[in-house]
Amino acid sequence: MSKKQTLIVIGNGMVGHNFLETLVASDIKDNYDIVTFCEEQRAAYDRVHLTEFFSGKTAEDLSLVTENFFEGNGIKIYLNDKAVEIDTANKIVTSQQGVAISYDKLVLATGSYAFVPPIAGHDRENCFVYRTIEDLEAMTEAAKTAKVGAVVGGGLLGLEAAKALQDLKLDTHVVQFSPGLMSAQLDDGGAQMLANKIEALGVSVLTSKNTTKIVDGTDCLHKMVFADGTELETDIVLFSVGIRPRDEIARCSGIEVGARGGIVIDDQCKTSDPDIYAIGECAVWKEQTFGLVAPGYSMARTVVADLSEQHAVFEGADMSTKLKLNGVDVASIGDAHAKTAGALIYTYQNGADEIYKRLVVSEDKKKLLGAVLVGDASGYGTLLQYSLNSIDLPEHPDSLILPSRSDESVGLGPDALPDSAQICSCFDVTKGQVCSAIENGCTSLASLKNETKAATGCGGCTALLKSVLDSELEKSGVAVNTDICEHFAHTRRDLYNIVMVEDIKTFDELMDKHGNGGLGCDICRQAIGSILASYWNEYILEKDHLSLQDTNDTFLANMQKDGTYSVVPRMTGGEVTPDGLIAIGQIAKKYKLYTKVTGGQRVDLFGARVDQLPLIWKELIDAGFESGHAYGKSLRTVKSCVGSTWCRYGVDDSVGLAVELENRYKGLRSPHKIKFAVSGCTRECAEAQSKDIGVIATEGGWNLYVCGNGGMKPRHADLFATNLDKDTLIKYIDRVLSFYVRSADRLQRTSVWMENMEGGLDYLKSIVIEDKLGICSSLEEQMQHVVDNYQCEWKTTIADESKLKRFRTFINSDKTDENILFVEERGQIRPATEEEHQHLALSEDA
Amino acid sequence: MTKWIDICSIDDLQANSGVCALVEGKQIAIFYTPQNNTVYAIDNYDPFGKAQVLSRGLIGDIKGEPMIASPLYKQHFSLKTGQCFEDETVKNTVYAIRIENDRVEISLEG
Ligand code: SRM
Ligand SMILES: Cc1cc2nc3c(=O)[nH]c(=O)nc-3n(C[C@H](O)[C@H](O)[C@H](O)COP(=O)(O)OP(=O)(O)OC[C@H]3O[C@@H](n4cnc5c(N)ncnc54)[C@H](O)[C@@H]3O)c2cc1C
Ligand code: SF4
Ligand code: FES
Repeated sequence: MSKKQTLIVIGNGMVGHNFLETLVASDIKDNYDIVTFCEEQRAAYDRVHLTEFFSGKTAEDLSLVTENFFEGNGIKIYLNDKAVEIDTANKIVTSQQGVAISYDKLVLATGSYAFVPPIAGHDRENCFVYRTIEDLEAMTEAAKTAKVGAVVGGGLLGLEAAKALQDLKLDTHVVQFSPGLMSAQLDDGGAQMLANKIEALGVSVLTSKNTTKIVDGTDCLHKMVFADGTELETDIVLFSVGIRPRDEIARCSGIEVGARGGIVIDDQCKTSDPDIYAIGECAVWKEQTFGLVAPGYSMARTVVADLSEQHAVFEGADMSTKLKLNGVDVASIGDAHAKTAGALIYTYQNGADEIYKRLVVSEDKKKLLGAVLVGDASGYGTLLQYSLNSIDLPEHPDSLILPSRSDESVGLGPDALPDSAQICSCFDVTKGQVCSAIENGCTSLASLKNETKAATGCGGCTALLKSVLDSELEKSGVAVNTDICEHFAHTRRDLYNIVMVEDIKTFDELMDKHGNGGLGCDICRQAIGSILASYWNEYILEKDHLSLQDTNDTFLANMQKDGTYSVVPRMTGGEVTPDGLIAIGQIAKKYKLYTKVTGGQRVDLFGARVDQLPLIWKELIDAGFESGHAYGKSLRTVKSCVGSTWCRYGVDDSVGLAVELENRYKGLRSPHKIKFAVSGCTRECAEAQSKDIGVIATEGGWNLYVCGNGGMKPRHADLFATNLDKDTLIKYIDRVLSFYVRSADRLQRTSVWMENMEGGLDYLKSIVIEDKLGICSSLEEQMQHVVDNYQCEWKTTIADESKLKRFRTFINSDKTDENILFVEERGQIRPATEEEHQHLALSEDA
Repeated sequence: MTKWIDICSIDDLQANSGVCALVEGKQIAIFYTPQNNTVYAIDNYDPFGKAQVLSRGLIGDIKGEPMIASPLYKQHFSLKTGQCFEDETVKNTVYAIRIENDRVEISLEG
């Protein structure tokens, strides 16, 4: 076997890292010893979502490096070490720290830097750029003592930076040199509409302002002086006027650079030196640079293919973008400025709703060349497909941007797309690839994302991916049967609505009116039992509801493998008094129960026979305990850390809040179990980010996280809202949970519910925070009803003789189940194994 | 002649749900569906979970055939024949059962 070659990648940014990932996933990964130089102190992170740093994401959350990536793939990474020289003759790269390594192949992925105009005073204190985590950390520090912030530059990034300044609670200004915002993407009309909308959000927009110098201010740290004589006082200046390729290492090593900077590459992404490639923002192809990740990823794929001796060409990239700036939808597609000869323009301007749309079409009105959407970008997906795939436009192209007046459908169904149509540009996934993944069994959005990676980048293509999935499933006749079971031709959500609208109170009534008239089954009985319990919150062992409960709910305990049960008293927030613990200990001892501390911060008592349950519970209730609902699809535990009461780092009383939350939501029946946690500070000892509802104390209030999951498929919770006071926090939790209860599928945890929600986190926010559907008050009422009707199910049961009858082992005898046998292990009981069963049976016979 | 063993009163049964009887040392699960005023009797032993638990499962029907779902691992058994729906090689014993003058009676024969 030939000796391995050495491949060096300079720069471990988004594209450099994507290249490494693509390379190690390819067939040629074993051909190389791989080395990478990373100038920053941390390995690759997600710059695209950098702004989320201000809403609570940590550097770790933003990291793009999967566990054990470098070690596991044998990649040597030099962190915090910049490559400074390439000796192309001897093929050696030297770094700042003095490392010198010979290479066979070299990939430059050095990205770009934020350009700072050489204005006098540009290097004063608290003047920043917006590119790295360190930049953001410095801004955050400075913002602590600042009141006003100004962004120089009203492009995409500048507006994003303005949002960041606003999040830091600064009085925010955007200063733009040209007359309009986002001049690269928008025409004048679009820019004006955008400016109006941004101003309405409290950011001041100053256009046609040429900053000449920055000097000492009077009220603020700085004063910016403009060419027209006006001035602006500010404490922080953030430059965002454009980026420049980082080509310095190429320049000083004799590799060709473009007239306006950037490392010149050909269609294979090769530089002027045939063993050196350049990819990402540092590269210039046909005199174009690309300031987005998707083209960089496409270059990375091209290089891996070229190294594999496959024919591959980089063909440029579509620079269409859609984004939400401070909640304002903005999109630009293709030739937005109508530079193509003969191009025709349609505009739609709606001053009342602040919507602006513009279409640029070819002379013959057959093809879409470009588009601008402000205020409503819902048509982006369809328009982009028209433009990317050169699909013939409808007879009246303006029907695509006019509000629909007739029932004429103008949307482009997924069927109209050719197999080559790109669905996800971040990961270059075509419709063809999506369809074959569906054919191979990916029938849910989650599995499709896993398999194809589509919709796992910027997320912009999620809706389109979903519609392709739905349409393919429908076509293949798999006709996604969403019926809950053979007895009801409805989804859980439909059934919930029926119960709400028709005030249905029993299973029999629902079966009569909407079912097939049969007996039902374990699926619909349980699901409807849960719906009725969520909505009406009646005692679940009521005559009409009893037969809807599976064994755990029927006997208010968890059935174990041998038919015995476990007993879990509630310990709100994990808090328990010594007397409480002693009582539990004594009861466990009396009934000879196995005792264990659970993963949910409470004590579980195992090995109780069904006839012992009421006796045990009577004693627990007398000792002050109540049901822990460990058996229900309901709120389980609210885990807490010890918090500010004792912990030297705690910033708020996490135990107190955990107890309050657990008492509020205990007994709430839901599509699946719900778990909460509250941590007293960002050290997060309660692991709140792995819970359905997680709360973390901050100096400014409570941060709320939603839809996390441990278990089979862990999911990090999403940060939902920050710095909330307690009342708002509870209001939001009420709404999120009520909405979950209404709309989730049966046995769907909040994590899966979120993964399958069209529009995802933003959609949930729009409902819960902005009240887009106008249902917030009804969601709160619904929760309040549940809270007001709470009862300890065990207390109710113990008090009702007729209910206790059910807990007899035999209807006609006082004997107990002989099949239940225990043996001792580590000083406690455990169920006998099958072998031990036989053995014990034999010795009894003897 | 069939020997019928008196078990309990009809009031001891649970509508659309189960109870367990001890009949000559055997554990038998009894289910009652008031809709058609029918009672069913099946061995309480769950051959998959190997525990005496079937009386504590959920009842219903699969395409009209009345069934019980085991509370342990959710296999379904026909209440008429004892046949397991998921595994054709597994069949639980069912017993003759009737209501006479509001008393529930079981026969262990055939
Ligand atoms: C007792 C306990 C284990 C222990 O000894 O620590 C436990 C026991 C069971 N877990 Fe659990 N889980 C227990 C904590 C957890 C935790 C940890 C936590 O809550 O912080 C998790 C991961 C967190 C999460 O849910 O996101 C956990 C994830 C699961 C899952 C996977 C859920 C998922 O979404 O992937 C199941 C299966 C399911 O629900 O379908 C499960 C199911 C079960 C069942 C119900 C399985 C069964 O059907 O028999 C077990 C019966 C409980 C019983 O008999 O009391 N248990 N289970 C813990 C009880 C906590 C409590 O006080 O109520
Ligand atoms: C706030 C923000 C928001 C953005 N939003 C979007 C968006 O929504 N959509 C989108 O497509 N794009 C967006 N971008 C652009 C996107 O982040 C870039 O296109 C992408 O990061 C480019 O990847 P890259 O690897 O070429 O460069 P980078 O990610 O910058 O990586 C280059 C790395 O190389 C290192 N380096 C440079 N020289 C050397 C050397 N000599 N030795 C060692 N290391 C070196 C640098 O320190 C850096 O870590 C955004 C960028 C920012 C800053
Ligand atoms: S999360 Fe913070 S407050 Fe809570 S125990 Fe840990 S360090 Fe202390
Ligand atoms: S387009 Fe970005 S994730 Fe698909």
